[in-house]
Amino acid sequence: MKKLLIGNQAVAMGLYHGGLGLASSYPGTPSTEITEFLAMNDDIHTEWAPNEKVAMEVAFGASLAGMRSTCAMKHVGLNVAADPLFTLSYTGVNGGLVICVADDPAMHSSQNEQDSRHYAIASKVPMLEPADSAEAYAFAKSAFELSEKYDTPVLLRMCTRIAHSQSIVELGQREEAPVKDYVKNPGKYIMMPGNAKQRHPVVEDRTAALAEMANNCMYNTVEMAQDNEIGIITSGCSYLYVKEVMGDKASILKIGMPHPLPEKLIQDFATKVKKLYVIEELDPVIENYVRSLGIQVTGKELFSPIGEFSQLTIAKAFGLEIPASICADSAVPGRPPMMCAGCPHRGMFYTLAKNKITVLGDIGCYTLGAVPPLSALDSTLCMGASISGLHGFNMARGEEAEGKTVAVIGDSTFMHSGMTGLVNVAYNATNSTVIILDNSITGMTGHQQNPTTGYNIKGDPAAKVDLEALCRALGIGRVRVVDPYDLKACETAIKEELAAKEPSVIISRRPCVLLKSVKAKPALVITPDKCKSCKRCMGLGCPAISMHDGKARIDATLCVGCGVCKQLCAFDAINE
Amino acid sequence: MKTTSIMIVGVGGQGSLLASKLLGQLLVDEGYDVKVSEVHGMSQRGGSVVTYVRYGDKVYSPIVTEGEADYIISFEKLEAARYAAFLKTDGQMVVNTQEIDPMPVIIGAATYPTDVLGELKAKGLKIDDFDALTPAVEAGSSKAVNIVLMGRFAKYVNIPYERWIAAIEKAVKPKFVEMNKRAFELGYHS
Repeated sequence: MKKLLIGNQAVAMGLYHGGLGLASSYPGTPSTEITEFLAMNDDIHTEWAPNEKVAMEVAFGASLAGMRSTCAMKHVGLNVAADPLFTLSYTGVNGGLVICVADDPAMHSSQNEQDSRHYAIASKVPMLEPADSAEAYAFAKSAFELSEKYDTPVLLRMCTRIAHSQSIVELGQREEAPVKDYVKNPGKYIMMPGNAKQRHPVVEDRTAALAEMANNCMYNTVEMAQDNEIGIITSGCSYLYVKEVMGDKASILKIGMPHPLPEKLIQDFATKVKKLYVIEELDPVIENYVRSLGIQVTGKELFSPIGEFSQLTIAKAFGLEIPASICADSAVPGRPPMMCAGCPHRGMFYTLAKNKITVLGDIGCYTLGAVPPLSALDSTLCMGASISGLHGFNMARGEEAEGKTVAVIGDSTFMHSGMTGLVNVAYNATNSTVIILDNSITGMTGHQQNPTTGYNIKGDPAAKVDLEALCRALGIGRVRVVDPYDLKACETAIKEELAAKEPSVIISRRPCVLLKSVKAKPALVITPDKCKSCKRCMGLGCPAISMHDGKARIDATLCVGCGVCKQLCAFDAINE
Repeated sequence: MKTTSIMIVGVGGQGSLLASKLLGQLLVDEGYDVKVSEVHGMSQRGGSVVTYVRYGDKVYSPIVTEGEADYIISFEKLEAARYAAFLKTDGQMVVNTQEIDPMPVIIGAATYPTDVLGELKAKGLKIDDFDALTPAVEAGSSKAVNIVLMGRFAKYVNIPYERWIAAIEKAVKPKFVEMNKRAFELGYHS
């Protein structure tokens, strides 16, 4: 059956058809849909874990028990899960284990542009890299056999353009993989020094065996051109851009397994072409390996380690004709992403900005609090860094900072890695004030459930974390809840908690306005005669409010009637 | 057949994903090789979004670069101007005349250009501009702008009307099929 699938759905279908029994993941663009599509199958277990480390360990446990399992995450999620990864390499698997990781070149929705292939090399785990949905399906499906045959977890690397591009896939059938027997094997699965010393040589031998296999496998393919002028070693979406521009005019070695790389295949290919190029996005991983073999090659001199490529990148590098445009310059105002009309984060950020509070931020929709006119954030580093960072900031600057600095973190991010930071605040004692922006969902990645929402990945009722009780249990004496639509309540809470001489948590609670369960109120209307053009409401940065002929106006198609702007108007111009 | 490149541009939340899903489904049904590149995540929060649709005998790259687009379907005027450089010299734009102020305009750091489409037309770009919002509301929802635009665009490609309707029936949730068929019809006959 031919279907048009995004890469992530193709991965999900491949894993499922490859006999998958369990998937545990934490959402992260561009990886999220892999697990969402898996969750549509009722004959396997799927779940959202609180973070990527937990997810990978759950997948490990299932593999240990004999079940084919997976976990999916974005590139920075693999940093969180790096701890189990490196030792999973030593234990190997019982049931096949596939770790899906999605890189984000050009940072469409990420805080950095790291290249996950370094993890494959560093952890000595084989990595597959498809170039389109058909390959994503085939590679994912084959990965369990590879995993079990070589007794290793397998990394499946996606990138934004593969994960979120649709192309045609010829789908097969699910092949059931019965759960294997579990046999206690301390030497393999208890990684204490004596055992690990026995396992490390096994890992080295395995990598050598995989490298040999790589010379002759379905993942790495060669297409020879009529002439032998140009040879290109490439992988992933770079392959697509090369084919688009060069067609059959260049010989191509396409690498579908970036680790371990095929030495003989590369050497053989290099001898057959006059001029050799490596074209790969991000870091020179293949290029450095080719150079290490003593082969002359052109790579990062022509193809930047920064951002994404396109067919234009290839055409320019080879001095080929570039398509003409009538209108070359498009100097129009930018359109950055912003918080939605009625977003519950807005009221809290407005109050923080108004009171000139220093705000250590975190990862989620609320990172958009950094955008003008609110410009309310001072830092964003990684999941959970708001709270731990605040503690360090307050330690360094003392009482003066404690009275005017806060951390903001979402409910899902708090579950992911905020709790440990909060324990540290209580244990090592700074008078830090932490604001949990509880919008009852994992927002930015497209509405996934999490342990605070009371629902699981299927939307069925599940154990619900009591955030207030949790914060108290972690050692925080002052815990209060405010409605971020109530500006006065926000201001009072912030001032009182910053003044308190002990650590405190403010839970800013209101569900995401995009949730289906949240019903919009009628749009508000501005009476032009009453509007004095003071632009105070404009300070909210609400996309529903704009100025027309000197008066503020509310777009009725966008406004959800949250009423925050009404609280700011001193002239009673905003009404239902 | 040479690869045809289409760009669907607009503002996050306007429904470009459904439009590309519909177009992709239709082109697969017509027997073409198809690639569609979408945008998820942060850009969807009211930012500028672009989706690429490419079809032909064999399509490699999922994206469209400057000077390559045979068609640009824009959900908003400013976005048409933003991506104008992507249009082929003989390419065609289909533009909804709706104006949505971006944040720099809302906060007064920039102004919305007064005659943005007029300037593009003066440079020689082929632009078919019309109000897609009114027919969308007439069909039942301001959110149906995407399908109204598809209806207008359908006049430029050689695929029979019934095939479009069949693709709508496949791509849209059952309870919204009738509304979207109406929106398509209004766009097609506009």
